[in-house]
Amino acid sequence: MTMAEGDLAVAQLAFVRRATIAPQPPPATMTGAIGWLRANLLSTPFNITLTLIIALLLAWVIPELLRFLILDAVWTGVDRNACLESVQHREIGACWPFVREWLPYFIYGSYPIPLRWRVDVFFIMLAIGIVWLLWLNAPRRDIGTVFFFVVLPIASFILLSGWAAIGLQPVDTVLWGGALVTIVVASVGIVFSLPLGILLALGRRSRMPAVRTLSVMFIEFVRGVPLVTVLFMASVMLPLFVPEQYSPDKLLRALIGIAIFASAYMAEVVRAGLQAIPKGQYEGAMAVGLGYWQMMRLIILPQALRITIPNIVNTYIGLFKDTTLVFIVGIFDLLRTIEVARIDPKWATPVTSTTGYVVAAIFYLIFCYAMSRYARAMEARLARGDRR
Amino acid sequence: MSSELSAPSRPARVVFYNDPKIRSIAYQLFLCAVVAFLVYGAASNAIENLTRAHIASGFGFWNQTAGFDISQTLIEYSARASTYGRAFWVGLLNTLLVAGIGIIFATIFGFVIGISRLSRNWLLSKVAGCYVETIRNLPLLLQLLFWYNAVLKALPDIRESIVIGGVAFLNNRGLFLPQPIFKDGFGAVEIAILGGLGGAIAFYAWARKRQERTGQQAPVLRVALFLTIGLPLVVLALAGFPIGFDFPQSGRFNVTGGVEVLPEFAALLFGLSIYTAAFIAEVVRAGILAVSRGQTEAAYSLGLQPRPTLRLIVVPQAMRVIIPPLTSQYLNLTKNSTLAVAIGYPDLVQVFTGTVLNQTGQAVEVVAITMLVYLTISLGTSFLMNIYNSRMALRER
Repeated sequence: MTMAEGDLAVAQLAFVRRATIAPQPPPATMTGAIGWLRANLLSTPFNITLTLIIALLLAWVIPELLRFLILDAVWTGVDRNACLESVQHREIGACWPFVREWLPYFIYGSYPIPLRWRVDVFFIMLAIGIVWLLWLNAPRRDIGTVFFFVVLPIASFILLSGWAAIGLQPVDTVLWGGALVTIVVASVGIVFSLPLGILLALGRRSRMPAVRTLSVMFIEFVRGVPLVTVLFMASVMLPLFVPEQYSPDKLLRALIGIAIFASAYMAEVVRAGLQAIPKGQYEGAMAVGLGYWQMMRLIILPQALRITIPNIVNTYIGLFKDTTLVFIVGIFDLLRTIEVARIDPKWATPVTSTTGYVVAAIFYLIFCYAMSRYARAMEARLARGDRR
Repeated sequence: MSSELSAPSRPARVVFYNDPKIRSIAYQLFLCAVVAFLVYGAASNAIENLTRAHIASGFGFWNQTAGFDISQTLIEYSARASTYGRAFWVGLLNTLLVAGIGIIFATIFGFVIGISRLSRNWLLSKVAGCYVETIRNLPLLLQLLFWYNAVLKALPDIRESIVIGGVAFLNNRGLFLPQPIFKDGFGAVEIAILGGLGGAIAFYAWARKRQERTGQQAPVLRVALFLTIGLPLVVLALAGFPIGFDFPQSGRFNVTGGVEVLPEFAALLFGLSIYTAAFIAEVVRAGILAVSRGQTEAAYSLGLQPRPTLRLIVVPQAMRVIIPPLTSQYLNLTKNSTLAVAIGYPDLVQVFTGTVLNQTGQAVEVVAITMLVYLTISLGTSFLMNIYNSRMALRER
């Protein structure tokens, strides 16, 4: 204001804008849908080419998929003739009547039909247990944990394999199959691997040399070999190691193999969590006079497990996918029942196999995707707590 | 307040069973006793069960005649003349073959997908994301069965083979490719290949040393490409192309001549590469994201162009993060190749733990040998990885 020179310069100019212009909107090509397209799809010639190639690819794949799953799919029929090429039906998509006929087998295997309500009850109990355990605002989660890790395994065992004393007709595990076996194997892996894994992880970090060496040997050995060989070991070597009269049945052997394998991997996940706890927490716990188990139970494990929840769930996803390997030692899990059904001469067509695999894919996708969403939500929730 | 320090008192006396040292020794002794008891029980039961079943023990079967055929053999093998030991090596080589080629494909594919996921191109990153999410959430075994039963076995049969370029045949028995036959004079080309490789390594070492000393860069990639690819081609041309091809001939019932790629091998290779690539893509993405944005900005502010920034600043730092999990993915791929047993590719498990075990019944020995092989591979790799890690670890002051 007091700058005389400035005033002079202004006076000599022909025109000076005294008020600021109202801001103009950005050019139409930079905002809205066009702007977004330009920034995200068409920014450089290379990007334009990429976009075009991918668009062409999608334009080819998506209609093909839709056609196979819905448009050209066969929805009604009683046998393979419905799903064969004919004059009316040039292109044949998925053969859904095949799935409808075999669906009970995919779910229950050869479980006796009048007793299948027991499997349904098991599914419902499991669902309640899972929701109780995973839903963080659920009432009485402590009881939920006991229910999931103690009550549920015992009750399901009695329910599924039967107990003549209380009037439940025994069902041999040879008859179990389909999604039932997949879920049983996965649940056993999940329920047993966490406690065993925690014990092994504590053992590996123990100061007692014998405990540490044994834990390290077990963990490194199991993690160093493929699951297939662990299952082979469980199914062909285990019967040799126990007296003949106690020889476990086929499903139990596979379950032992899966539990051993999963707990070694879980041990490493838990160990990572234990290592992330600052030393001060251990020292603080010892300073207030807690013993080893009190320190672990009250101070260390609650913190360590909390930060490893996402990794634990990721291990469970791997475990859930790995349950398909029991197929190889002759257990009738979901994939095996599909393998059996797809070669059924009544439904043998060129599309039967693919249809069967689509069913399995949907099943595994739903479960694994749900678990990975949960892991990601937990991660976000934990990150929110740590944000300052 | 009397704050006199009393003389250091002797440690409080504790009853011996409350002394932590004694307790710890007692616990360990107890644990060792339990383990020893379990091992002893298992061993004595095994001996008893084996004698009752009249199954021989020991490794005598190694030199017995195998008497079964293997569909893919990299070394000479025949059902009548070869031993179980030979079958073991055939299986092991098949495992290593599929794992080696699978690792190459999975790496290339995984890096492409991983970088695509970080692309600014919205469509590309979404498609790559979809790929990773879908493939990672489906069991590998399902994918293998799909490739084998629904894709490769659904190819036309031999009379309606798909002919590729007039020289290769594709049908439900496999892919038949022309087999190169090396004539006299090919030795010069082999020498050129070896010499080119050696030269490229030597040039790389020299260029690196010179760069450390003077800061000058040398066109390593171009020279290496010329030495490894160009030189052998030049020698090949000079020697007058001493190479011929055995073309496959399509008959009514069979294709003769050429090299056959088994559908089992192809399905396993597809399945393993595609599955592992999804995991490698995540490793690569995490590795690149781990390089902080400040590094890129600092490089830009020093005047580096985007391309040198990527090559000199981002990639070397990202590799430090990428390589350890990448190796464990390679190990996973090798271990997952045991799923070959489900589709009948003759890998170590299918040949040895499958057929040999069934024929001899010597479960303990056979499973132990198989596990030992995979253990050696795993522990050997993690040993090398530890050396690498200690060399690459950030030297913090």
